Amino acid sequence: MKHIEFTIDGKTMTAKPGQTILKAAEAHGVYIPHLCAYKDLIPHGSCRVCSVRCNGRIQAACVQTVSEGMIVENDTPEIHEFRKAILDMLFVEGNHFCMFCEKSGQCELQALAYRFGITAPQFPLLEPERELDMSHPDVYLDHNRCILCGRCVRVSQDLDNKNCFQFVGRGHRKRLKVNGEALAETDLRVTDAVVASCPVGALMKKRVGYAIPIGERHFDQQPIGHAIEEKNS
Amino acid sequence: MKQALATVVQEICKKYDFDKQRMMDIVLGVQGRFGCISVEAMDLIAEMVGSHRVEVESVVTFYSFLSLKPQGKVVIRLCDDIVDWMKGYDAVADAMSKALGITMGETTSDGAITLTKTPCIGMSDQAPAALVNDVVVTNLSPERAQDLIHNLRRHLDPQQLVTTVGDGNHSHPLIRSMVRNNIRRRGPVHFADFEAGQALKATLAMDPEAVIATIRASRLRGRGGAGFATGLKWELCRNTPSDRRYVLCNADEGEPGTFKDRVLLTECAAQVFEGMTIAGYAIGADTGIVYLRGEYAYLRPYLEQVLEERRANGLLGRQIQGHPSFHFDIRIQMGAGAYVCGEETALISSCEGHRGDPKNRPPFPPQCGYLDRPTIVNNVESFSAAARIMLKGAPWFEAIGSERTTGTKLLSVSGDCRKPGVYEVPFGISAREVLELAEADNPGAVLIGGPCRQMLGPDRFSGRICYDDLATGGAFIIFNRARNKLAIAERYLDFFIDESCGHCTPCRVGLQLLKNLVHKVVTGAGEPSDLAEMRRLSNIIIQTSRCGLGQAAPNPVLGALENFSALYTDLVSERSPGLLSTFDLSRAVVDAELRVGRQSKYV
Ligand SMILES: Cc1cc2nc3c(=O)[nH]c(=O)nc-3n(C[C@H](O)[C@H](O)[C@H](O)COP(=O)(O)O)c2cc1C
Ligand code: SF4
Ligand code: SF4
Ligand code: FES
Repeated sequence: MKHIEFTIDGKTMTAKPGQTILKAAEAHGVYIPHLCAYKDLIPHGSCRVCSVRCNGRIQAACVQTVSEGMIVENDTPEIHEFRKAILDMLFVEGNHFCMFCEKSGQCELQALAYRFGITAPQFPLLEPERELDMSHPDVYLDHNRCILCGRCVRVSQDLDNKNCFQFVGRGHRKRLKVNGEALAETDLRVTDAVVASCPVGALMKKRVGYAIPIGERHFDQQPIGHAIEEKNS
Repeated sequence: MKQALATVVQEICKKYDFDKQRMMDIVLGVQGRFGCISVEAMDLIAEMVGSHRVEVESVVTFYSFLSLKPQGKVVIRLCDDIVDWMKGYDAVADAMSKALGITMGETTSDGAITLTKTPCIGMSDQAPAALVNDVVVTNLSPERAQDLIHNLRRHLDPQQLVTTVGDGNHSHPLIRSMVRNNIRRRGPVHFADFEAGQALKATLAMDPEAVIATIRASRLRGRGGAGFATGLKWELCRNTPSDRRYVLCNADEGEPGTFKDRVLLTECAAQVFEGMTIAGYAIGADTGIVYLRGEYAYLRPYLEQVLEERRANGLLGRQIQGHPSFHFDIRIQMGAGAYVCGEETALISSCEGHRGDPKNRPPFPPQCGYLDRPTIVNNVESFSAAARIMLKGAPWFEAIGSERTTGTKLLSVSGDCRKPGVYEVPFGISAREVLELAEADNPGAVLIGGPCRQMLGPDRFSGRICYDDLATGGAFIIFNRARNKLAIAERYLDFFIDESCGHCTPCRVGLQLLKNLVHKVVTGAGEPSDLAEMRRLSNIIIQTSRCGLGQAAPNPVLGALENFSALYTDLVSERSPGLLSTFDLSRAVVDAELRVGRQSKYV
């Protein structure tokens, strides 16, 4: 198969035809921060954390496919500023009390914030009123922490062959909705792939919180993106 | 009742072959019969078309005109666009509220009438205006609003509100509307005589390639705003291998202050449909869809009849004008109140029966569009122009306009002027000339291209309307010198916040943050650093959003900052260190009192 040559921050690399910038970069040990992209699911392109400058225009690396001679900027002050702002928007849009959250130390949003040196929000909090759905025996859904990344929507459809989640409403009223009045009404099982797919503490297994001591949690060990960058060294 | 619901839902789903892709028509049909789409109805629809309730719900909750909860038998949607606001929206809204005894968003206790507001309904030249179910009422005043409610209370029949009919086709029995065309200037492309079938005849005498070559030679560019070369778009589509291709006509016309497509559809429908048919022949498509915004539902019966006539005359259907292998037909897809559906990929999503979310690009529609087939999406005016070009030839068209932008443009002129309405003008005309034609009243600013663009002050009035200078999809909104540009920018931001699809973080969240900053400055609590932050945030939103909505939404704010900077700088001041300018002590005390349930002793 013909390989496509392109550069990221001046380094030449190759990609397979049809490969996204995100995947091609990963294959070369270059980490492009991302949130809504998940495994091999069709990319959502919604969080915009993976924004890169690509032939002069900002594009979402998880969606944009590589083309011959493409020039990608990933590690620049401008891109850093954009990503920091976007992460911060996700924080202030919801209600994130990391210090009490069961996902702390395992949360991708929190881990990205650490990676970008975010210690306090730069934007004023929007403090929305959000719901908590505890109806299901084994799984709960805390809308306060949902960042609308759509991973659960796609995993439930594409991997679990169900349709437990969808987005309803639009604009600032957009939110996640379950198929029925509450989680307990759906055919969700705790063994479904969807339960492990949430990057934050929104869709969570019950009765397993705080199991790992501080210091030993996933992102206590190494920063987010490390596993990819390791390949490079 | 349950049984009745099931029977009707079944009947409606059957009409659309139980096809999930016709979800828009199905839910519109159900709402038409029951006034809303209840949970029970969604369950039934899901079951019948092989979907899930939450999937149906995700569609229904996307569109403002669709409702999960019962609404009044009559729904009044008062247009709260800026121009309506300048022409007295507040007083009209007040009068309606008082006459009905309810506030905005409520339904009268007898369940008869709901009062709500809606963004621009495409009547800026006859504002304030409202939709009463599908019936348009225009030029409202508090007195007329009172009368309207009084009469409506009596008969609950919106059609009876039409006591005088507008000009032209507005008196057609299938339209019968008080809307007026207000065509102020007729040009040679759209408003000259047009005999149905003649342009098509000239087209079918050529190969499809030659048709595309003609459109390319005319240098026609899309009239919807972005200005992409029409011939090139058609060629890209034709050259993408596929078993089927589609022609989509964008009649969503949601850009505040734009209404020229409404007038084209009222007076030149045959020419628009002929343009679509020509496009079908050129790209090799057999199906066309007109995506008609929900606000223009009153035009639908008439448009259906024009289509029917064309079928009867061999201008649509099989073997058009005797051509052995050219078959083409057109259907109308209704929208349901969502500005973002004018974005071409969102329009495609909506036609496919989904939420009106834009799609990730690439691929672009000419490669992969409606039902994953190569598709062209063009504006109403682009199709109308294409038909005229096929009739008169590319050189004729090219001779009109400025050197680099050929042809004429329809402008929708509204705001502070004596002659609002539609003007067909050659490209290259200056903003000042348009202001003079419209008899603008002491103009202090003009918004050319609507809120997606920046507002311009008098120093730019000599600019010319063309793609190299002042590009526009058609809106030309005039503001006199007394108008508060900041307040206008803030209202436009509210519009974008409501109309965002909510997909991208910067558009969904960033716009709310930007609005809070603007509000802070407008209300006098701003600091100089807020102005820099407004610019920074605007840039982030513009650069990182997926579609044209997010990429344009901060423009009203940026325009005000760039072109009317004194207004902003006058409003902000340094605060002493440690003081939070947005902190309102008395409000905080009231909040605290509410929470603890007693009055404070100290304030
Ligand atoms: C938010 C948004 C709304 C739009 N609304 C319209 C519209 O109402 N009508 C229209 O023709 N184009 C609209 N467009 C532009 C379309 O995406 C597309 O460019 C156009 O329909 C192409 O047709 P044209 O090449 O003939 O102009 C909109 C774009 C955006 C981003
Ligand atoms: S629940 Fe989790 S996975 Fe689902 S949209 Fe919200 S944040 Fe994403
Ligand atoms: S920019 Fe706004 S409207 Fe466009 S896709 Fe993103 S969220 Fe939706
Ligand atoms: S990871 Fe690319 S937009 Fe979210």
